[in-house]
Amino acid sequence: MRIFLSLIFTLGLFVTTVQAQWVQAPNTELAPGSQQLINPDQLLKLIQSPKGEKPLVLSVGPMVLYMQAHIPGAEYIGPGSEPEGLQRLRARVKPLPRNKFIVLYCGCCPWNHCPNVRPAYHELQKMGFTNVKVLYIADNFGADWVYKGYPTIKGQ
Amino acid sequence: MRRIVLLIIAIALAVVVYEAARRKPQTSGGRPGAVDSVAAGFALQDLTGQPLDLANYRGKVVLLDFWATWCTPCRAEISQFVDYQNQYGPQGLQVIGISMDDDPKPVREFYQQFKMNYPVAMGTAKLAESYGGILGLPVTFLIDRNGRIAAKYVGEADMQALQKKLQALLREK
Repeated sequence: MRIFLSLIFTLGLFVTTVQAQWVQAPNTELAPGSQQLINPDQLLKLIQSPKGEKPLVLSVGPMVLYMQAHIPGAEYIGPGSEPEGLQRLRARVKPLPRNKFIVLYCGCCPWNHCPNVRPAYHELQKMGFTNVKVLYIADNFGADWVYKGYPTIKGQ
Repeated sequence: MRRIVLLIIAIALAVVVYEAARRKPQTSGGRPGAVDSVAAGFALQDLTGQPLDLANYRGKVVLLDFWATWCTPCRAEISQFVDYQNQYGPQGLQVIGISMDDDPKPVREFYQQFKMNYPVAMGTAKLAESYGGILGLPVTFLIDRNGRIAAKYVGEADMQALQKKLQALLREK
C-alpha cells in the first residue's frame, strides 16, 4: 500500500512538472537572459566598433516610433504582428545568406507585451536564418535606448 | 551725464527682459509633454473624418491616450476609458485617442469592436514629438481645464491613481 501511494505521489509530481513546463514554454522563448537576445549596450558596442561584422538591424515596430527615433543604420520593416510587416521582412531578407547576422528590435511596449519581435523572429527561423538576435528592450525604446543617451536618427 | 544715460538704458533693458519673461507661458522648463507644461495643440481628423482640434476642448478635462491596436496594455486601458467617458463625460471629461498604428484599417475595426465612445485620430511623429516623444506605449496625459498637462502615465497606468487624479481635476472649475 505504501509503495502504491509513493508511486502515485511520484507520478503526480511528474505530471505536475511536465504540465508546468508546457505551460511555461511560450514564455521561456526569448526570455530575458536567453542566448537569442542581445542587450542594448552590446549592440551599441557592435555598431560603434570599427572592427567586426556589423549586423543588419531591422525595426519591426511601428512607423511612428521609427520616425521619432531609430538606431543608426536600422531599416524600417514594420510591425511583426501584422501580415504586411512579415511580408516586408521576408522580401528584405530573401536574397541574404542564411548565416547573415541580423538584429531585430521593436521597443513599443514592455518586453513581455511586445507583439512584434516574436513573430518576426519566428519568420526568420522558418526561413533558415541561423544568426539572428533580438534586441532585449525591457520597458520601451525610450527608456532603454533613447534616454540612456544612445545614438538615434530621426525620420526615414 | 554719460553715466545717467547708461543707467537709464540698463534700467529700460531690465524692464523689457522682465516683462518678456513675465508674459511668456510657463512651460515647466520648456520641455514638451512635461507635467505642468502647456499641452501642445493639434488639429487632426478623426477616424470618421470629423475635425479633432484640442483647442475645442478648452474648459474640459482631457484624457489624451496614445495607443495602438496591437498593444496589449492599451487594450485593457481602453475598456476603462470608455467607462470613464460615460461616467465622467457629463462632469466635463473628454477622452481623446491617438492611434500609433501604421494603418487606420485595424484601428477602425478596433473602434467598432471595443465600442469606443470618444474621438480617435491617427498619430504622427510630429504630434508625438510635441508631447515629448512617444517612444513606448501606452502613454496617457491628463490635461486640466486650462490646457495644462496635469499628469503623465508612461506604460500601463495605475488606474486607481489615474481615476483619483481625474476626479480631482474634474472638481476644479
